[in-house]
Amino acid sequence: MSEDAADRARERVDAVYRSDSRRVLATLIRLLGDFDLAEEALHDAFTAAVERWPLEGVPANPRAWLVSAGRFKAIDGLRRRARFDASLAHLAQRLDADSAGAPRGWEEDDEGVEDDRLRLIFTCCHPALPPDAQVALTLREVCGLTTEEIAHAFLTAASTVAQRIVRAKGKIRDAGIPYQLPSRADLPDRLASVLHVIYLVFNEGYSASAGASLTRPDLSGEAIRLGRLLVELLPEPEAFGLLALMLLHESRRVARTSPTGELVLLDDQDRALWSREQIAEGQALVERALSSRRFGPYTLQAAIAAVHADAPRAAATDWAQIVGLYDVLARADPSPVVELNRAAAVAMRDGPSAGLALIDALLARGDLADYHLAHSARADLLRRLGKTAEARAAYEVALKLTRQAPERRFLERRLRELPS
Amino acid sequence: MKYLCLIYSDEAEFPKMPKAEADKWMSEYAEFTDRITKSGHYLGGNRLHPTQAATTLRIRNGKLSTTDGPFAETKEQLGGYYLIEARDLNDALQVASRIPGARHGSVEVRPVVDRP
Repeated sequence: MSEDAADRARERVDAVYRSDSRRVLATLIRLLGDFDLAEEALHDAFTAAVERWPLEGVPANPRAWLVSAGRFKAIDGLRRRARFDASLAHLAQRLDADSAGAPRGWEEDDEGVEDDRLRLIFTCCHPALPPDAQVALTLREVCGLTTEEIAHAFLTAASTVAQRIVRAKGKIRDAGIPYQLPSRADLPDRLASVLHVIYLVFNEGYSASAGASLTRPDLSGEAIRLGRLLVELLPEPEAFGLLALMLLHESRRVARTSPTGELVLLDDQDRALWSREQIAEGQALVERALSSRRFGPYTLQAAIAAVHADAPRAAATDWAQIVGLYDVLARADPSPVVELNRAAAVAMRDGPSAGLALIDALLARGDLADYHLAHSARADLLRRLGKTAEARAAYEVALKLTRQAPERRFLERRLRELPS
Repeated sequence: MKYLCLIYSDEAEFPKMPKAEADKWMSEYAEFTDRITKSGHYLGGNRLHPTQAATTLRIRNGKLSTTDGPFAETKEQLGGYYLIEARDLNDALQVASRIPGARHGSVEVRPVVDRP
């Protein structure tokens, strides 16, 4: 083979790694029954590809080649180690027998491979694992992020993330969490867990919980990619709803911060900066989810975002429709935060004092006493009512409760702008 | 795989229950045990006496000490258990979710270490 062809073969290995390594991993986990064994096998399979593809040419079906190579390497490795550990001999034998008995063509079966990817997602998001481990495992195994990348995105130490992943894999093994698609009866519950993980990843990217910058676009992008993968594999209404919600929020990213990194509220955003492409895609997905009549909270939140996206100017927002959607959401998924958002919408529809009464009632219940956005929303309504002293006190409470630098600067600016 | 399902509840509640309700409760347990015996999940299980019957012992520096009561005072106490055989955790959780006590207290599902 010429130098050129060898170079091209090496490039293909890289390209296949980017496009297919997660699929290969998902299938290897099923075949080998173990995450660590499968990861080692994946690594060995790509090492073999780097050695052999430049010499022998790129195989017709690279993915099937990699799965076979990985499985072979794993069984071979177990046999070698079995000389020192008898229990591995049994495992190697069983794996060998399993693959001999497997129906022909399993490697080529695209549907089977797609099921493996879904198996991987459901296993990483199994509700028996702690939420932070679900997030770390999903980003690592499904998205292929490194431990360091995950740690950086969540502003934690790599060792903490590594430990979470090790513990989660230990629990999968010891507690016998199966590598399976959930049964029909379990699906709603299990899907909710997957959607929640994706939403956590998106939120951390869209409104970072702490730190210098307001958003971490890489994580939002990763969450949207996960959302797309999920609707492709499992076209459930709430999966469409969540993808729509993420796209509609993401469409405002550029408008949400000023060139100097300051927070810009929805009302003050330059709507020409909104991504029309993402809005159109999000709105189409919302309609699809709503027409199913089996939608839930994600779809409703997306529908609210879609109403905002429809308004050419803030003043043209259809607040009556937004309040109506919040009413439905508050019934479907009651929470103090939903009530707070509903109160803000009521303030826009009926005036600041109507909204203020609702927020005061909420705070009196004590649910949101530590939530900075409740106090800043209250401060805002007080400011609009001309109650400057009370507004100042409320902004100061909000400021004490927020850790995020741009949000802090925003509140400080509002405080300075109050008439003395 | 074997799993131990530990049933926790507020043991002060049971004696306060009217007799008809307590009877219904016991028959639900009998029905559940029967059902998982038929399905092949059942390996064993028992109801425990309340924690006032418990004694905790420990040996330190070769010296035995015994104290009255459970190891730790908690809001919910271990009141019974089932040992089950299940295909995997999903199967075990399915079984455990039908334990009557799950509706009042909670059920902790623990995998048993496999002895080769």
